[in-house]
Amino acid sequence: MEFHTLSSPHTQRPNRVDRIMLQVALALLPGTAALTFYFGWGVLVNVVLAIVSALVFEALAIRLRKRPVMPVLLDLSAVVTAMLFAVAIPPLLPWWQVVLGMAFAIIMVKQMYGGLGYNPFNPAMAAYVLLLVSYPVEMTSWLPPAMLAEHTLTLPQILTFKFTGSLPADLTLDAITMATPLDEMRTSLDLNRMISEIRLSPLWGDFGGLGWEWVGNWFLLGGVWMLYKRTITWQIPLAFLAGLVGMAALFWLFDAERYPSPLFHLFSGGAILCAFFIATDPVTACTTRAGQLIYGGAMGVLVYIIRTWGGYPEAVAFAVLMMNMAAPSIDYYTRPRTYGHGEVNRE
Amino acid sequence: MHAESKKGKTRELWRFHGGLHLPDQKELSLQRPLRQASLPKRLVLPLQQHIGAPAQPMVAVGDRVLKGAMIADSASPVTAPLHAPTSGTVVEIGEYPIPHPSGLADLCIVIEPDGLEAWSELPQPISDFRSVDNQTLLQRIRDAGIVGMGGATFPAAVKLNPGKPIKTLIINGAECEPYITCDDRLMRDFADRVVNGARILQQMLQSEECLIAVEDNKPEAILALFQQLGAEETIEVVRIPTLYPSGGEKQLIRILTGREVPSSGLPAQVGVICHNVSTTAAIAEAVLEGRPLISRLVTLSGEGIREPGNFHAPLGILASDLIAQAGGYRGEPQQLILGGPMMGFDLATDRAPLTKGANCLLCLTAKEAPRPEPAKACIRCGRCADVCPANLLPQQLYWYSRAKDLENAQDYNLFDCIECGCCSHVCPSHIPLVQYYRYAKAESWAMEQTRRESELAKQRHDFRVSRLERLEAERKAKLRKKKEALKSKPPVAKKPQAGKDGDEKAAKQAAIEAAMKRAAEKKTKQQLKPKNTQNLTPAQQAQIEAADKRRNSAASNRGQQDSEPSN
Repeated sequence: MEFHTLSSPHTQRPNRVDRIMLQVALALLPGTAALTFYFGWGVLVNVVLAIVSALVFEALAIRLRKRPVMPVLLDLSAVVTAMLFAVAIPPLLPWWQVVLGMAFAIIMVKQMYGGLGYNPFNPAMAAYVLLLVSYPVEMTSWLPPAMLAEHTLTLPQILTFKFTGSLPADLTLDAITMATPLDEMRTSLDLNRMISEIRLSPLWGDFGGLGWEWVGNWFLLGGVWMLYKRTITWQIPLAFLAGLVGMAALFWLFDAERYPSPLFHLFSGGAILCAFFIATDPVTACTTRAGQLIYGGAMGVLVYIIRTWGGYPEAVAFAVLMMNMAAPSIDYYTRPRTYGHGEVNRE
Repeated sequence: MHAESKKGKTRELWRFHGGLHLPDQKELSLQRPLRQASLPKRLVLPLQQHIGAPAQPMVAVGDRVLKGAMIADSASPVTAPLHAPTSGTVVEIGEYPIPHPSGLADLCIVIEPDGLEAWSELPQPISDFRSVDNQTLLQRIRDAGIVGMGGATFPAAVKLNPGKPIKTLIINGAECEPYITCDDRLMRDFADRVVNGARILQQMLQSEECLIAVEDNKPEAILALFQQLGAEETIEVVRIPTLYPSGGEKQLIRILTGREVPSSGLPAQVGVICHNVSTTAAIAEAVLEGRPLISRLVTLSGEGIREPGNFHAPLGILASDLIAQAGGYRGEPQQLILGGPMMGFDLATDRAPLTKGANCLLCLTAKEAPRPEPAKACIRCGRCADVCPANLLPQQLYWYSRAKDLENAQDYNLFDCIECGCCSHVCPSHIPLVQYYRYAKAESWAMEQTRRESELAKQRHDFRVSRLERLEAERKAKLRKKKEALKSKPPVAKKPQAGKDGDEKAAKQAAIEAAMKRAAEKKTKQQLKPKNTQNLTPAQQAQIEAADKRRNSAASNRGQQDSEPSN
């Protein structure tokens, strides 16, 4: 009897790229649902819009590169990129900016470098930064959380605004939008106000922005589930959080009136989302375990530095892109000691 | 980490990096007891079943051979002889498919058994091996054709001559690959042979300790070995945690001693020698019973085989014959693997024979080992690096191998890869990583070869150029000297030249005469010297004459013989 020959090992492979991506997408759901709960339908509209446009652009780019389209779409990496982007942008962002962001992320940042696995920068974060520097007003106009909102928009009203830019007659944009807690804190600190004074505003919850502070927990839930499922490893999230909390604690202990508490930093903005979902993007992160500790830790420190002394209130996207740049060098200098190399032999 | 060893004693164990917990699938072939394979119609014995020089046939087609008789050997220092697994007739010496990843054919001796199982005269058993010197034991092991039976097939006698003091002797009974159970079966059913072999090896190497390492998923084997050990013995049975590839030589040494074999070095450099349990048992048989290596235990397993189990089979039996004895194929067999699923290689045909290093024939169905899907792009997740037992960065090696950047691949320690398959197994993109490393290694060897050749050619060329230059320089120097001599001569030579040409002629004549005189003197002197054939005693003279006579008669005889065939 004759047989086909293949290269070893001859086993059923336990891991699959599409399963990993699916796990990441599922882990994003609780946080996305929480965001929708606090900030309305705009979040879901963004998610759907981003996913659809990401898939369309991915298919287009693959077509142009003359590769089979379906295997690439089914690896779900574009879906994950779209979801990460969608939960990072304001709910009322005009539709074309969402689409523009995805076009940039998928075509320029991902496919032009060779597609999944070859992109040096995180596509979602690169798109976020592009929009932030191009359309700063739209990108910083967040809605207030549900409990603070005087006017809540209905789904048709949101769709109308996102696609045509017109609001109901009795409302102005200023009346329905609000700065993010990070933005608010920063502006107030720049006016030389004390933190105890700043916190008197109804905007604040127990340790972060009202409403905001609980969204992070839902992303954390997804992140812990991914750790349990071994979709991600603990090194990057832990190092990131340690870097951020460490810096925040240091300055907070130094002067609690001028520097917000570590908990504020942890549960405001995208810190948790970044720790578990963005920094852990395997393609753009470090791959050696020692390197991942440096990568995550440095990113946490950078987030604190940019938030505190930089030009933008939220720093996650910038910190991620900067560390993406550093990742190959960190990998190079953190190669593990191979078996049988170096001075290792114990007697 | 500590583990129970021997009776209640605990022993410190170490961990190697990475590794995998694989579904072990060992029950499949352990349900049935050991079966004796019946003799097939023909046995095909490849001349090279070991690392080193191939053996040369010592029999011709048509010869009758007896069971256990040596049928091939080589004078090379690294080789192993081959013996007839049964009595019968040599019917062919020719090329047959052999179990090799290349799928190529090689020279084999084909024996048709006569069914009599008539033994040849075996060497005397050495029952008191402690009173025999090492050389005798080494020679016995060498002549028995014993090679590493765990798959490495390195001649055992060569390995037992380390030239360095050995602290730890390790008997490898880990058997970490899924499906394979022949070592388990051996330790359960022939624990006495394993322990006796260990005693012989310890005697030969004079090692401080001897550890028989068995993974903790084989409690029956451990128990059987325990029962063989005497109270005063320095041999220990060590239970090690089940983790693939703990049976890899380097990994096992790390687990038991905490030491690491230096890159591209040998275990003996850290005072360790490692032998497989099957090899050890074969050594016991060779020494204590005089039996050469002519059969082995082999596992037949996988869902593609009707009655999986272990067989005691003669070497040279074809895989197809063995599978037929295990009830034949079942369902849709997809692949036939020699060895385990992780490191074994696919056979293109089941006409390949059983060799000394073959521990398992694995017939997998599509359900057990589905066709790999087309590989996707690497997402750099690093799962490969987590499981690598050599602590390499498989993903970086992959990038460099793929880009044919062999220099960088070697810089990332390509040659420390043991090809265990852990990285490929966990890769979510299903990239055949090990295949890339094999390719990169082969390319590196080829390049090294070309580099060496071109270096040699360059050295030759450089040498030739410098030689020619030197000759040219010497010639020029000579010419210059001559010219200088000519220039500087006139003032000195003018004095005698001041006379006439006749003077010069006379001087020349005188010189010639003087030379002739010297030659003549020399000649007479030589003639005066007695030759060693002169001044012989009459006895010597007689001897010479007798010798001449013999020589002449022998020459004439030979002449007659030479001319005979033409008559």
